[in-house]
Amino acid sequence: MLVLTRKKNQKIMIGDTIELTIVDIKNEQIKIGVNAPSHVKVFRKEVYDAIQEENRAASQEGITVESLRSLSDLFKG
Amino acid sequence: MKINTSRFGEIDVPDEDIITFPYGILGFDKSSQYVILNDPATEPLRWLQSIQEDDLAFVIIDPLRFRVEYELDLSDEDVESLELTSPEEAITYAIVVIPKNEPQRMTANLQGPIVINAAKMVAKQVISTNPQHRLKHFVLEEMRSMMLARKKSERPDLKLNRKQHPSKTGQGGV
Repeated sequence: MLVLTRKKNQKIMIGDTIELTIVDIKNEQIKIGVNAPSHVKVFRKEVYDAIQEENRAASQEGITVESLRSLSDLFKG
Repeated sequence: MKINTSRFGEIDVPDEDIITFPYGILGFDKSSQYVILNDPATEPLRWLQSIQEDDLAFVIIDPLRFRVEYELDLSDEDVESLELTSPEEAITYAIVVIPKNEPQRMTANLQGPIVINAAKMVAKQVISTNPQHRLKHFVLEEMRSMMLARKKSERPDLKLNRKQHPSKTGQGGV
């Protein structure tokens, strides 16, 4: 992993189009500005992790054809 | 194509039913191809069975089965990787988590829905930026409120009838 040390208001370029700016540093929190083309999606890593975790929970082997069929009453009325 | 599955045994999947996920499903890199299996006994829940991993299957649901409205904004990147040319080509499903001991508290994930280009059979798990799309939507609860809302809208509007009566009697008096 490349580690760069930056000060407030300094920037990092990723490729030719993505620009990160250290907007503010306060105690434990760092505010980062992201300038990127609209086709590049920017998310907090937690969102990815949460969806991955949810996928894992959904794929549990415990659910079988029979156990799912036994739930059909839940959808009536 | 014949595939082995832990839940359904050996099944024959027509090539045109195979859906390709070029990026896989988040956390499951080994599978890039899936097939949707409809079991009439479990509607509206369906299975998304992996072609490559026999024991990997997700339970999925069409969001419109538990919500009156569902709109998803796709990023340019998503539209491109799904090779979508019109919104009608897209089919959306939410992955369902069913807690073992409390199946009635099953939830659907609308923050990371599955979008399928039905014309090209390419799919992707996208990330919704709409704050109303949460990781856990209680399917049965939302389904009940959806049905209640529908019943309400079917009721005749009584207010309108009341308004008409006084004017009629008024006219009769003249």
